[in-house]
Amino acid sequence: MRPFHYTRATDQPAAISAASAAGSKYLAGGTNLVDLMKEDVERPSTLVDITRLTLKDIHPTTNGVSIGALAHNTETANHPLIRQNYPLLTQAILAGATAQLRNMATNGGNLNQRTRCPYFYEVGMPCNKRDPGSGCGAIGGINRMHAIFGWSDKCIAVHPSDMCVALAVLDAQVKVAGPQGERTIAFTDYHRLPGDTPEKDNNLAPGELVTSIEIPKNNFAANSYYLKVRDRSSYAFALVSVAAALEMNGKRIKQARIAMGGVAHKPWRALEAEKVLIGKDATEANFRAAADAEMANAKPHDYNKFKVELGRRAIVRALSRAANGGAA
Amino acid sequence: MIGDVIGKPLDRKDGILKVTGRAKYAAEFTPKDVVYAFPVRARVASGTISSIDTTAAKASPGVIQILTHENAPRLTPYDQQAMARGGGGMLGETQVLPLQQDKVFYFGQYVAVVIADTFENARAGANLVKVAYADSKLAIDLDTEMPNAQAPAQGQTNEGKASPVIASSEIRVDNVYRTPTENHHPMEPHATVAVWDSPEKLTIYDSTQGVKNCQGSTAYLFGLKPENVHVISPFVGGGFGCKGGQWPHIAVAVMSAKAVGRPVKLNITRQMMVTNVGRRPETIQHIALGADKSGKMTALLHHTDTYKSVSDFFERAGVPSTTLYGAPIREITYKVAKLNVGAPTFMRAPGETPGSFALESAMDELAFALNMDPIALRVLNHTSTDPLQNKPFSLDNLLDCYRIGAEKFGWSKRNAKPAARREGRYLYGIGMATATYPANRSRASARIQVKQDGTAEIWCASQDIGTGTYTIIAQTAADVLGIPMERIKVNIGDSLLPQGPGSGGSQTAVSVTSAVLATAQELKKQLAGMAVNDPGSRLHGHGPENIDAADSRLYLRDEGSIHDTYTDILKRANLPNIEMCLTVQPFQSAQPQESNPQAKQQQQSQQNQAKQPAAGGAGAPCEMQRSDPEADANRQKYSFHSFGAQFAEVRVDADTGMPRVTRFLSVMDIGRVLNEKTARSQIIGGVVYGLGQVLMEETAYDKRWANPVSRTLADYHVPVNLDVPEIDVYFIGKPDPHISPIGARGIGEIGITGVAGAVANAIFNATGKRVRDLPITPDKLL
Repeated sequence: MRPFHYTRATDQPAAISAASAAGSKYLAGGTNLVDLMKEDVERPSTLVDITRLTLKDIHPTTNGVSIGALAHNTETANHPLIRQNYPLLTQAILAGATAQLRNMATNGGNLNQRTRCPYFYEVGMPCNKRDPGSGCGAIGGINRMHAIFGWSDKCIAVHPSDMCVALAVLDAQVKVAGPQGERTIAFTDYHRLPGDTPEKDNNLAPGELVTSIEIPKNNFAANSYYLKVRDRSSYAFALVSVAAALEMNGKRIKQARIAMGGVAHKPWRALEAEKVLIGKDATEANFRAAADAEMANAKPHDYNKFKVELGRRAIVRALSRAANGGAA
Repeated sequence: MIGDVIGKPLDRKDGILKVTGRAKYAAEFTPKDVVYAFPVRARVASGTISSIDTTAAKASPGVIQILTHENAPRLTPYDQQAMARGGGGMLGETQVLPLQQDKVFYFGQYVAVVIADTFENARAGANLVKVAYADSKLAIDLDTEMPNAQAPAQGQTNEGKASPVIASSEIRVDNVYRTPTENHHPMEPHATVAVWDSPEKLTIYDSTQGVKNCQGSTAYLFGLKPENVHVISPFVGGGFGCKGGQWPHIAVAVMSAKAVGRPVKLNITRQMMVTNVGRRPETIQHIALGADKSGKMTALLHHTDTYKSVSDFFERAGVPSTTLYGAPIREITYKVAKLNVGAPTFMRAPGETPGSFALESAMDELAFALNMDPIALRVLNHTSTDPLQNKPFSLDNLLDCYRIGAEKFGWSKRNAKPAARREGRYLYGIGMATATYPANRSRASARIQVKQDGTAEIWCASQDIGTGTYTIIAQTAADVLGIPMERIKVNIGDSLLPQGPGSGGSQTAVSVTSAVLATAQELKKQLAGMAVNDPGSRLHGHGPENIDAADSRLYLRDEGSIHDTYTDILKRANLPNIEMCLTVQPFQSAQPQESNPQAKQQQQSQQNQAKQPAAGGAGAPCEMQRSDPEADANRQKYSFHSFGAQFAEVRVDADTGMPRVTRFLSVMDIGRVLNEKTARSQIIGGVVYGLGQVLMEETAYDKRWANPVSRTLADYHVPVNLDVPEIDVYFIGKPDPHISPIGARGIGEIGITGVAGAVANAIFNATGKRVRDLPITPDKLL
């Protein structure tokens, strides 16, 4: 960790102004950023502490719910509005990290957490995300945890969040405020694929601050499920995870939303799989066809070939459980 | 002889200190004027340092000094014989001493150390040191390097003898099993606080499994008298072997303190725990078994390919095959490559842990090939005689372990057909394996003082690495002297005290309690003698042999009302206390692993450690107890091993491959149980460690740069609570009359042995998939 300046913002304009300076970063729960500073990966010159800002509210809106960027993951997961209307989000949040980390971590921070790729973390290794132009250590390296969709020859890292996989399914919008004013970003446009600029995880402009996440009303609550496959029973990042949400009309699927975690640089909306399901019956055969359609486009690496078959099975399993109202 | 205090499930003496945070660990000692050292680690794994630029680091806030190979204080070059003569322990890295030369042998090797006023400033400074290297050829892939591997000079058994027998046997299994490099990862990272009291005297607060070993090694490297190196280690937050050897950070802390003339604290980070304090090396094990159609084994072949690095240590994975099963021909061999990875070292049941995974998997495969029950196969091939030493085991209740385990676990309900038990999406299966670990015992001394107020105090240079040593020492003395537990103070974790062995090889409990027992018995005899010879005592004139002790007093066994308190006995004699220090040397002959050079060195070191002055109490020299011809005769007559049986039930998700252990039972034949509670905890801990080994633990290395990609506990998974089922532990509990008067054997390591085999066998039973390479992660079960 390099020496840095610390400033505590008392209001939003002051925070944005302070964080707009080069080298500044927002500090909320700190569960990822401080680790990265200790590892010498992040080297901010100034930390702008935003934990005193009033962005903690979770409240109903005319069209759904608004979740404050500084509400903690734990309160979000356990909020009655979320538990009742968006159980998928509750499941996804609780599948991530540990109780202690979720108590500290904020929703905005969850969106902005960085990949856990070990080549990104180890400053002795090449990494285009950490040090653009230095190369990608994971390509040709130990890439068991890495992407099978949407990667580039510059970066094959994955986004580590569980919460974001659910938000990608729930058609969420991210409200941000910045030096140029406020704007809203569709959740699926919030994170980026690596392309030629893997150093950019998302589409925030410098100084922009996530203020809230808006989730519209939907009819998925009765038929949704978050499945996370991992190397141990908790406190492990996903090998593959699947958020599945169905709107049913009897046995028929009216609407389907599927997103995957642990497979891409952003929460991966399984649009090919969704297409297959619309208007079809909720049968295992159809689920399999949907999964096949999605996984046909997967491009694995040396150590993560298993993710293709695992992803296929996980989609089928998550859809089956969603169709059964979450039960096995 | 042994009363009812030994064996009781008493709470740990240090339990309240630990749960209230008052137990002080090495990193928590903060002497006045202390400064902080943070090592700079090599970011290449093989090469030569061409330049070190410290300009930016020197200018960084708080930085006091930077040491590199160019300016670091010189250490005495390593010489095993010379170090053992001074009672030195075991350096983790013998072929490279820190900051003494410009060569890099592994990724993460210390190439410099930054000393600053705070930990944070030292770390920030360390990030600014720029090191350039001329790279050398890299050896990192074990398969690639095996053609260059060497057979070790010692320990090749019956080379070439088994294959022809197996080839002509009616039933054969012949497979290769792989285990990855693993790291110990105790909860408490290593830490050393070094304080030079004078140019000749040093105090070190260290997290160590051997205060005496650390003392001897550090004294050797810095040219000091051992008695001038005071190692203090009152509590250790787990060791599992990686605090058994002395790793380079200790010398780096001491040389840093020397260089800046102030106390220095060096805290190891979790990332350094992966690269700088040892590991269990990868093994590739070839096991072939031959049997006749009845299941009687004809031959056993166990060949291990593994690696070493900057020391001679390698993993003797063949050791369970030296002990178990009565195959008349057994061939146990090794080939050892050299890789650019930090040095391997002891890790909980070194050898047995990976070895028993392979052997017990192979036994399960043999049972399957024979269409025979796996327990029946083991019973049929059971041997009560050590098959290589051709001596009976000192105590062997292994058949009881199988029987009791099978009953308690419901083995008879097992469906021998794999993948036959399905409940919803889950496949269930059960499996078992044999556990075994040698029963070691070595030299130890104990000083005990009984005071006029009826309390006692004990001193021994042993250490409690979380196992319960404080408690069993007090328990043993309480049992003999009849002094309540809470009135006994135990002093350990201090190198100036009477010699105790390093806590490794499951030897602490038996060695230390033997010394405490002998000393306490001698003291009691002396107190009884004083009483019966004193006309002022109600015990006057009675035979000392008829006297027992309880509640800090002596009483007549047949007439309890005739008694005399320690307080009164000592008052009448005008003595504030009575004290004794005895050294117990169990065997004149060599330790069982005599072919192991490390074991040999340990023995030499211990002998020399025992000659050093022993502090504590009045500080009189420790007398050697009369030699024990019976113990020596026993050592010649018997082979000493503990045994057990492990049973696991697993559930595998048929869709995702996620395995979960749902039940576990461990039946252990470990001699007399010293404390039923701490012993149980040891076995539970061993089983949990084994669950990690079989299901998730792996330190993976990039084959291009030899950097570990499992860098922290985020990547290196150990079991979480949800991964651990109820673990039932059952002790046979019969004392081993030949190992020591108490009859206890060590228990720290046997708990992990067989766990991986039992779980892997259960997974086969559940799924029909035989996974021969650890860890068994979900992807291997798809």
